[in-house]
Amino acid sequence: MDILEILLTTGFWAATLRIATPLIFGTLGELICERAGVLNLGIEGIMTMGAMAGWMWVYQGGDLWGGLAFAAFIGMLFGLLHSSFTVYLGLSQHVTGIGITLLASSLSYFVFRMLLPDATTPPKIEPFQPYAIPILSDLPLLGPSVFTQTPMTYLALICVAVIWYGLYRTPVGLAVRMAGENPLAVEAQGIDVLAIRTGAVMVGSALMSVGGAFLTMSAFDAFYFGMVNGRGWICVALVIFASWRPGKALLGALLFAGIDALQVRVQQVSGAAIPYQFFLMAPYVLSILAMVIMARRAAYPKALLVPFRRGDRA
Amino acid sequence: MSAVLRLEKITKRFGSLVANDGVSLSLARGEVLALLGENGAGKTTLMNILFGHYVADEGHVEVEGKALPPGAPHAAIAAGIGMVHQHFTLADNLTVLDNVVLGTESLWRPWQGRAAARSRLTSMSSEFGLTLDPDALVGDLSVGERQRVEILKALYRDARILIMDEPTAVLTPQEAESLFDTLRKLVERGLSIIFISHKLNEILAISDRVMVLRRGKIVHEMPTESADRHILAEAMVGRAVTRPKADPMEPGRPVLSMKDISLRPSAGGVALVNVNLEVRAHEVVGIAGVSGNGQVQLAELISGLSRPDSGTLTLFGETLEQPSPAKVVGLGVGRIPEDRHAEGVIGEMSIWENMISEDLRARPISNRGLIDHGAARARTEDQIARFDVRCPGPNAETRLLSGGNMQKLILARALSREPGLVLANQPARGLDEGAIAYVHGQLLAARERGAGVLLITEDLEELLALSDRVAVIYHGRLSASLDAKTVTPRELGLMMAGHDPNEDTSGTQGSENGGAAA
Repeated sequence: MDILEILLTTGFWAATLRIATPLIFGTLGELICERAGVLNLGIEGIMTMGAMAGWMWVYQGGDLWGGLAFAAFIGMLFGLLHSSFTVYLGLSQHVTGIGITLLASSLSYFVFRMLLPDATTPPKIEPFQPYAIPILSDLPLLGPSVFTQTPMTYLALICVAVIWYGLYRTPVGLAVRMAGENPLAVEAQGIDVLAIRTGAVMVGSALMSVGGAFLTMSAFDAFYFGMVNGRGWICVALVIFASWRPGKALLGALLFAGIDALQVRVQQVSGAAIPYQFFLMAPYVLSILAMVIMARRAAYPKALLVPFRRGDRA
Repeated sequence: MSAVLRLEKITKRFGSLVANDGVSLSLARGEVLALLGENGAGKTTLMNILFGHYVADEGHVEVEGKALPPGAPHAAIAAGIGMVHQHFTLADNLTVLDNVVLGTESLWRPWQGRAAARSRLTSMSSEFGLTLDPDALVGDLSVGERQRVEILKALYRDARILIMDEPTAVLTPQEAESLFDTLRKLVERGLSIIFISHKLNEILAISDRVMVLRRGKIVHEMPTESADRHILAEAMVGRAVTRPKADPMEPGRPVLSMKDISLRPSAGGVALVNVNLEVRAHEVVGIAGVSGNGQVQLAELISGLSRPDSGTLTLFGETLEQPSPAKVVGLGVGRIPEDRHAEGVIGEMSIWENMISEDLRARPISNRGLIDHGAARARTEDQIARFDVRCPGPNAETRLLSGGNMQKLILARALSREPGLVLANQPARGLDEGAIAYVHGQLLAARERGAGVLLITEDLEELLALSDRVAVIYHGRLSASLDAKTVTPRELGLMMAGHDPNEDTSGTQGSENGGAAA
């Protein structure tokens, strides 16, 4: 079985979309924050928090969609925390972001243990089930893979379009993009830069949190320690790969997920000829390479990382 | 004439500093009012009050008879005031259209009227002769085009009163001329303009009436037709200012000579092609040219920041094989860089740190590898006094200095070492009249002492006042040098646009086209 054969299996394509889903949410979330001029390194922690919060909601008897909404809400709270430090107080976005990641990750494990002190094997919930879209799911190859996914994967794809429209075709999206480029220009139009940035960080953090929730509510059915496993950092890199564009973010997430899905399958057929660590490395090495090629031409938001203080003279 | 705008007894204090002291002003429809004053005279503060960025302590603003609420930029916009800031408020990575429409639509409307906005923008830009592609990224535009975006932004919001804050500070002479054409068109259509500047010739060219602001007060007001340079300069500075003139001197030995120097183009730059140039002691050699024709590359070569691909560069008789900035400074080159904020000083560091930054390797500043703070301080205080740098003290942050004082700091650092060659790149750009006279005086004093001066400038008036010989750089080629006594500004202008001045009238026509394209 060679690579071409793998590429023609439905299992490969289904896995690619499944692996890509949390990355799509996370990358879109980070992209919105950075477009407004705020780097959000809290992403890794916020995803962990979302994974825990959404799952816990369902485990305590809530329904799945309620769990998603709850995860988004918790994400927003952490977004608000991040922006109160970075937007209103103008503190270092790097330091604050790392702090949020440490806080949110630890807090989710802590809350999990507090609520379920006796659990030895991770308790399970009934996660989202794949939904076959009528007619489209009858297509060969694409039908059983792309059009037979859980609702969260469809939601992620819809989000790409919605966020593209929001950023590029609405007045508030223009204000967000402008706030990340030249906040003074926004201020000069009588628009509150700090409110725009805070709003963007909150919406972005909600998306990250939903991305985390996908792991416990769709991909798996339980909350494990360390389950986000660096996906947040991959999203930060994917934003750069995507040159801060939603369409390219989707492409980047699919590419990374595709390589990841491929390496597992190649590993299975290659036997012991190549140490398996090289396959595990492959998606990361290739994404670094892709980033080097793509990011050289990236025009990044001019005011990214630059706090805005009202009344400062240029 | 009815007044469209009236400012009544505006007073604004910042702590103990009175930035505006009972300033009253009125503007008639279709009038260009020039507001003249040195840096720090209070012009920008006054306009920021008018536009609602600051709130005045006393006084009020009326637009067409109605009082304007203080401290509300959107009220000012709604009343028809448009401001073109000195530093553009544009976003480089967004399109012209995006930049223009921001804030003109309700924020929470779920769609944009992009098609309507585009056609409105296109018709406005053709109506006012401000040609622009609505879908171009602002970052790809020239400085002059970016200013057009700012003007269109104001017009798009139906501005009837346009405030231009130092609009020509960043423009080439050709771009400035095209700006003036635009302003004349706007005035014909009944707009009123406040033109803030400290460049006397521009004010005389464009305005109907001049008001001179000094230390926050209106000290002079007159119709432009009865004003001249001397009256305005004196009113602005408060005393008679005359720019120094060069006395004839016999040139000495060569301090710089460049023979057949060529340099391949770097990213975004031009190549230098067979450049020959000699600067002798007791001599100022001026290089004229529209910016971007190789001045940067020329200055970098002489500063030791790059090395030629072919040809020889000789400084004080020594051929430079392995150039480096330290070597060049060590040989006795004093550098006054083009952009004082980016290359001249480190704004976040103190004045004394900037002042000694070229002396770090040698005694008395460096003592067994440590900075001798006593010596550094003493030298800085001495130079602050000698070069009249107005500052709170050696420990003050350098970025807080005004442009003129920052340039004095750079002059002090470069000239106190008594360099044999002074490389002065746009030494007076953005400075006010008093500071320009000072900088020119210092350059001529260096020439008197025996230095050769290489003066790179776009300002022909400055060039002809200081230089003994001039050469023109165009597309990386340097012309033969001409005697500054006999060459005329018209000839230089033609050469700057790439024409042979000996060709006749057809050349004049061509220079305008060439200038606009450049």
